[in-house]
Amino acid sequence: MSIAESLAEHRPYLMRFARLQLRNDAWAEDAVSETLLAALAKPQSFEQRAQLRTWLVGILKHKIIDAIRLRSREVALYSGDDESASASDELDALMFKADGHFCTPPDDWSQPDQRLGSQQFFKILEACLDKLPPAMGRVFLMREWIELESDEICKELQISQTNLYVLLHRARLRLRECLQLNWFSQPKP
Amino acid sequence: MKRLMTCKQAASLMVARQDRPLGLWESATLRMHLLACRACPHFGRQMDAMRSAMHAWRNYRGD
Repeated sequence: MSIAESLAEHRPYLMRFARLQLRNDAWAEDAVSETLLAALAKPQSFEQRAQLRTWLVGILKHKIIDAIRLRSREVALYSGDDESASASDELDALMFKADGHFCTPPDDWSQPDQRLGSQQFFKILEACLDKLPPAMGRVFLMREWIELESDEICKELQISQTNLYVLLHRARLRLRECLQLNWFSQPKP
Repeated sequence: MKRLMTCKQAASLMVARQDRPLGLWESATLRMHLLACRACPHFGRQMDAMRSAMHAWRNYRGD
């Protein structure tokens, strides 16, 4: 199998993650193409890598940051997202009474570790990440998947730290709600 | 001591501490609230479970 064929095999996998992070098919296509081109340009590195996918994901993360940097104006335009603000207010109203107490006490999520590490669980988790509004999902994955520090995200997206914390806060609450509904409340086989 | 903050405020701090260190006063009042509240420690464990899940997901996805 040629190097190009080996790399092409990983394209769908890389596309899935670029799409999840960038929330835009065209941007994701560009980032993945640039990743594969960068890998092709260094065949000597490729030959020494037992973990080709890990190496490609590492390159893709850098290409995604480049894409966000290049389009930071467009990305930042969505950060104020009124729709997600009102949806978050609704989520607050569902979770808490007017006096600040929980409407329904939080469930006990303690499960054997292997359940939270199962393929089934990751499918649900990715579906929940997909459901996050674009700006929220992008910021959350910059933090949790690309593992950028807060000040780096603020710099790349040209948003304030307060704005960043609000977006992350809403993303975490939504993700919690989605996992509660689609995983922790479901009967287990 | 539980009344120093509501469950909503406590939950908000438990989410916030995933992304930033809490201030001294925030930490102290949250700790007191958690000692006196039955519901909030479960919420805190949910946040911990989510952090573990994201960590496991990153490993699962091969990076």
